[in-house]
Amino acid sequence: MPAFWHWFVAAGTILFVVWCVWLIRWAGRQGPQNVADDQVVGHVWDGDLEEWNNPAPRWWLYLYFITILWAVGYMIAYPGLGTFDGVLGWSQHGQYEEEMQTAENKYTPIYERYAAMGFAELQSEPDAMRLGASLYASYCTTCHGSGARGAPGYPNLTDNDWLWGNSEAAITTSIRNGRMGVMPVLAPALGGDAGIDNMVAYVKSLSGLAEADANAMSAQPMFVALCSACHTAEGTGNPALGAPNLTDDTWLYGGSDEAIRTTITQGRNGVMPAHGELLGDDRSKILAAYIASLSQQ
Amino acid sequence: MRHETIEKSLHLMMVLIVVAISIGGLVEIIPLMMSSDATEPAENIAPYAPLRLAGRDVYVREGCYNCHSQMIRPFRSETERYGPYTTAGETVYDRPFQFGSKRTGPDLARVGARYSDDWHRLHLMNPRDLVPESNMPGYPWLAEAQVDGELITKKMRTLKFLGDPYTDEQIAGAAAAVEGRSEMDALIAYLQELGTNRRNRR
Repeated sequence: MPAFWHWFVAAGTILFVVWCVWLIRWAGRQGPQNVADDQVVGHVWDGDLEEWNNPAPRWWLYLYFITILWAVGYMIAYPGLGTFDGVLGWSQHGQYEEEMQTAENKYTPIYERYAAMGFAELQSEPDAMRLGASLYASYCTTCHGSGARGAPGYPNLTDNDWLWGNSEAAITTSIRNGRMGVMPVLAPALGGDAGIDNMVAYVKSLSGLAEADANAMSAQPMFVALCSACHTAEGTGNPALGAPNLTDDTWLYGGSDEAIRTTITQGRNGVMPAHGELLGDDRSKILAAYIASLSQQ
Repeated sequence: MRHETIEKSLHLMMVLIVVAISIGGLVEIIPLMMSSDATEPAENIAPYAPLRLAGRDVYVREGCYNCHSQMIRPFRSETERYGPYTTAGETVYDRPFQFGSKRTGPDLARVGARYSDDWHRLHLMNPRDLVPESNMPGYPWLAEAQVDGELITKKMRTLKFLGDPYTDEQIAGAAAAVEGRSEMDALIAYLQELGTNRRNRR
């Protein structure tokens, strides 16, 4: 703050307090000793209701002086007068830093202990799992749900079916670095509505949702040509690419004809945002261990 | 002058009341307006790009600030959840700022890049599709409404007049930048950049 504004604030504040003292003294000139007991101000309502000019109670006046004293003490102790820091040296920033430092001293040993543990060990620590649960509640529920059962497009974390694998490294990487699950738009290659219908039927037949009739089977060569690079020729998926297994009964975007058709014709862009910056390595690991535990219950 | 004189003269009392309550403003607000901390943009803060500007206006129009603050206070409980606390330099291009004063929903000051665009789209259409416990209303009409390029151009010209450093090229390209985009696209573009000026979000 430039020097002029420092003095502007300091002088303005002090003058205001002085003015408050003057005001109460000026208004108090008409103290009890100067007011006759029977003095009325001259207002009359309803014929006989009169307003008397009685002084304010003494205790009320003392409260006024106490607030002035409080202001003076406050301005000496705390920052308020321009750039004057106050004799206590308190600042909002300093208080925040102190709070963070206290937390760091308290939590660092705990996190360090957990950082050395594997998933199995973490999962046997009730405190670590409680920590994981609260991290889950803060960071994950908006997409995966408070019960971790997911939503269309957002995987269920309780079913032990993993798009990107369930090793310690895979889950931790999903959390820290995020994931992009891209299903390209494939409609143009399928040769019109009939081709798309056949492909939908074939995809459903892979998991036994529909009969593998002649129409469905007619799409098989196209499936091998177009889809096998990610989903494999048998449709079992590839965790390295996050490509879902199409032979099970888990459907990320829904297993209805309509949902599968939309997936094929419009593509899908599944995004797991990276949380490494937000969580740091230690928290990511505890959270990963907690999430791994959800499907083991 | 006697107390009675002030009490009985409406105009004198009005003048004195204005003087009394102005002192706080003079001492607390004016020096801030002269302080570079509050008037200079923070690092990586630039005037809103056309689509984001349109999105910000949707945010204001729909009253998002009634339930969402954009002000992370310097307490650990807040910075743990939302990211680094908000600084004055981050809101210099907000007219008016969207600090808000009530959190029915979470703070949004650093919501950018926390979720995917698709998540926002689904969530704005019907929040309960993603968060069954949510009591946020859906905003499906935003997907239908188109952003008006001409209006955005006018707004940018006005903001430039008020001091926001838009270049003439940016203003000339504004209509093209929002061409064919829905208000939903604009709002998501706005949300997705909130707070992303800070690379280190912890």
